[in-house]
Amino acid sequence: MTYYPMIHLTIAEAHRGLKSKKFSCVELTKAYLERIKKVDQKIHAYLTVTSETALEAAKTIDKKGQFSNALTGIPISLKDVVCTKGIKTTGASKMLENFVPPYDAHVWERLQAAGCVLLGKVNTDEFTMGSSTENSFFGPTRNPWNLDYVPGGSSGGGAASVAADECAFSIGTDTGGSIRQPASLCSTVGLKVTYGRVPRHGVMSYAASFATIGPLAKTVEDIALIMNVIAGNSEHDATTPDIPVPDYTKFLKKDLKGLTVGVPKEFFGEGVEAEVADTIHREIEVLKKLGATVIDVSLPLTKYAIPAYYILVKSEASADMARYDGIRFGYATKDAKNLEEFYMKTRGEGFGDEVKRTIMLGTYALSAGYYDAFYLKAAKVRALMKREYEEVFKQCDVLAAPVSPMAGFKIGDKADDPLAMYMADILTVPINLAGVPAMSVPAGFSKAGLPIGLQLIANQYKEETLIHVGHAYEQATEWHKQKPTL
Amino acid sequence: MKLSHDEVRKIARLARLGLTDAEVEKFSKQLSDILSYSKMLDEVDTSGVEPIAQITGLTTVTFADELKPCENPEELLKCSPNPTKDGLIQVKSVFE
Repeated sequence: MTYYPMIHLTIAEAHRGLKSKKFSCVELTKAYLERIKKVDQKIHAYLTVTSETALEAAKTIDKKGQFSNALTGIPISLKDVVCTKGIKTTGASKMLENFVPPYDAHVWERLQAAGCVLLGKVNTDEFTMGSSTENSFFGPTRNPWNLDYVPGGSSGGGAASVAADECAFSIGTDTGGSIRQPASLCSTVGLKVTYGRVPRHGVMSYAASFATIGPLAKTVEDIALIMNVIAGNSEHDATTPDIPVPDYTKFLKKDLKGLTVGVPKEFFGEGVEAEVADTIHREIEVLKKLGATVIDVSLPLTKYAIPAYYILVKSEASADMARYDGIRFGYATKDAKNLEEFYMKTRGEGFGDEVKRTIMLGTYALSAGYYDAFYLKAAKVRALMKREYEEVFKQCDVLAAPVSPMAGFKIGDKADDPLAMYMADILTVPINLAGVPAMSVPAGFSKAGLPIGLQLIANQYKEETLIHVGHAYEQATEWHKQKPTL
Repeated sequence: MKLSHDEVRKIARLARLGLTDAEVEKFSKQLSDILSYSKMLDEVDTSGVEPIAQITGLTTVTFADELKPCENPEELLKCSPNPTKDGLIQVKSVFE
């Protein structure tokens, strides 16, 4: 028996199939496990496949036979920084190579309560630090559209697993583009939520004032269904405000009448490939045809986003990484004379290059004599950027721009040049600095056949606007229906 | 901006991060490049601007100060790569 047609289904379609008993949750789960077995040796999206527990969970769900929630019985992957009780969670780091968390991340608790089935844990740059998934201790993930290319990062394993139909959807994290950029490079939908919209309890932290958790999925409708389960405040995370969560499926409308779309000229300037800029300009015409008013807007501080972002994020990360000291969990050196040498060796042996650069850069920017010139200066520029976004959203409801300045890059191309790698985030980090939500939706392909994503950006807590615009756009286009050949 | 090898070693020591000589050499160059690039922030006039770290405007969030039992102390201790005794983790001595 072949299970293959099921793996292409969206969440909404799979839900209808499960509910009408067209197929069982066990059959759906087996279909994905077979797919993983068949294609993942080429892609390396998964670090851990949890076949046994997945099938057990699927059996239990079939026995109950209740598919009241749209996510009940839906097989998923989780980025390997989301703690899963009893299941290895590595952060793609040697530091946590054998770490088995004693508790579940809150977002995973919410997904389990809805009845999701975990297929496994997917690859990321070490502790999410990177834009290509090459910084994984376990080796890179490959882009399903072209195996010589990176899938983007840091949620590269998640985006690849969705694009290759190795799961129905994935949960990733976005600190500076880590959901949107891989979504763009792999032709999936990816949502970066407003800071604090989804609780981060139990998810390994990169930079506490920037990091967000969000979904990667096949359609905007699916994003709405996932958000209905994972969004909302929690006592486990003090940064989640008590703002009501709407039913996001109510915003799946077909036209954009009465909506104003702003096109920020700085997102089409220096460093952005002409092919990418042209594609996005062409797709903005689709928004116009759907009834939106399109206006030109300006965000002049955009060119300062990379230095402001990297100074602040690396500073926060240098503190976040202090917990990996070999005492309470994770890797510990075998050979040290005293406690200081134990720390030095454990951290020197356990961390990869980008994490080391991060700790050094952050420690320097926060150290006496440099704090004002680097950290404080960047935090003031961030305040100005937030103001700039507040102003721009007085003129329009949503911004439309590219996600990635290039349609893709080859594995190895930027691996030895950290500054060139940071530049890959030039169009995504401003959004995290401003704390606003943004979404990548499939919007075309380069001449070389690599996916290009359209970035939609809205004001804080306006995820529903992104879902509205993204869905209407998706209904008018066919890009999201294309599949890579594997 | 140029970070000398000694400066790199000093920062690494502050961060309790052991580096090999080859890493000191490599990071000295890479960190100098990144910091030099970051100096472009000086072009932005930030006089009179308050720095920001909480981006959605939340102010002090509190919860009731109540004691709650730890649900799984044994499991938490089992995560440690070091020997444990009487619910404590045994570490190397601070002095030799």
